[in-house]
Amino acid sequence: MWRDAALVAGKDLRIEGRAKVAVNQVAPYALVVLLLFGFAFDQDKPLLVQAAPGLYWMAVLFSGLLAVQRSFSLESADAAMDALRLSRLEPAGVFLGKVAAVAAQLLLLEVLLALGVVVLFQSRLSGAALLAASAAVSTAGVAAAGVVYGALCTGLRARETLLPLLLAPVLAPVVLAATEAWRSALGLSRGDGWHWLALLGCFAAVYLAGGAVGFGALMEET
Amino acid sequence: MSSSTRVTRALGVSALLALAVNAWWGLSLSPPDKVQGQLVRILYVHPAVATMCYAGFGLCALGSIAWLWPRTRSPRWDRLAVAGAEVGAVFCAATLITGSIWGRATWGVWWTWDARLTLTALLFAESLGYLALRRAVDNPHSRALVSSVVALLMALTVVLDHYATAWFATLHQHTTLFKPNPTIHGWQLVTMCWSFVAFGLVFAWMAVHRFRLEALEERYETEGYLTALESRRAEGQALPAVPEGDRVLAGSTTSAARVEPSS
Repeated sequence: MWRDAALVAGKDLRIEGRAKVAVNQVAPYALVVLLLFGFAFDQDKPLLVQAAPGLYWMAVLFSGLLAVQRSFSLESADAAMDALRLSRLEPAGVFLGKVAAVAAQLLLLEVLLALGVVVLFQSRLSGAALLAASAAVSTAGVAAAGVVYGALCTGLRARETLLPLLLAPVLAPVVLAATEAWRSALGLSRGDGWHWLALLGCFAAVYLAGGAVGFGALMEET
Repeated sequence: MSSSTRVTRALGVSALLALAVNAWWGLSLSPPDKVQGQLVRILYVHPAVATMCYAGFGLCALGSIAWLWPRTRSPRWDRLAVAGAEVGAVFCAATLITGSIWGRATWGVWWTWDARLTLTALLFAESLGYLALRRAVDNPHSRALVSSVVALLMALTVVLDHYATAWFATLHQHTTLFKPNPTIHGWQLVTMCWSFVAFGLVFAWMAVHRFRLEALEERYETEGYLTALESRRAEGQALPAVPEGDRVLAGSTTSAARVEPSS
């Protein structure tokens, strides 16, 4: 299974490396979203600093939707999903491979967005351990849920609009918990960020386990 | 063809009568509350409507599990799931509206970022996604499979929403009725209990109709194909006999396609 996962992740990342959609389109889009948030708050610096964690995770959510859509548009073209189905790779391996590829792209994007938040919103990053841990676990949760719903929507009519409608409410707890964990790490709230990290861990575990078990059935139907 | 039967008509009339009794008791017999005053009357709608919302999504989860389980897999479970989800979504919208009215009068705002309220709004959004997903899939088997998976994930939000007042610090009040010493008595208690019966009957009437409507839609789809095939066959048989020399053109049904020799 792990070998299959590495194969699928390598394939997706190689395609992204050649097409450069994540670098040329998704990353600039995420930065534009950050700029628009700045306009919306009318350069109110204290408010921007306070709201920075939430805005950061909203930008990650929007970019994550694009990354997931991109990941499955690769499989829709030229019946690539059929080839993947017939390749005798383990469905759990395919699922974990796709999750790893989406997560790798999101992690790079998150580093870029963190720099954007520091430069544009003048936030000071602190609590590195909690920041990094919550970012890693949230990314796993976003990628796992995204791949489950991406597979559900593959080949459907109006999948471009259906995926955000299905995925955004599901990812709301991740945005909430990750924002609270970051607020705690940045000293913007008195709450214990590690409790929020535990909630993020539960979310990621549920979707990783559920996706690994049920991905075969979803692949057969899409 | 209709989704109505003698039983559903009786159920509908019972639901109407029960709602009328609920309105009568709630608006005239029940006294105003010592603390909430006249606002107590919304308790004869909101908790019952919210419970029916959970019942709808519960039915949806039950139907989905039964469909996913290979031994019990049957189209009727998928019909139960869609009936539960659609009626649940209607009651979820009603819950949000009645709760919002109560919040405006009590808290001074139509909306607050309370865990119970936010989770109910998320549940409503998820149910709209579920219904949109069903409309996007044509194949009945695929539709049942993908919507069953989404229904199970939606059920997690129902559980979270139900226990939100116990697990999180919320503005929303805790349970009034289902605890050892209920903080409601007399006509208020009677009317509130009756509201569950009245809205339960409305729920049952709507769910039964939706279930039967889904069955009729499936029948229409199946019989629609059969009717189309029959009419094509009849059309083919009704065509005039084609001369031996024109057999190549026999696939065409237009007279213009039968080309006459030029000389």
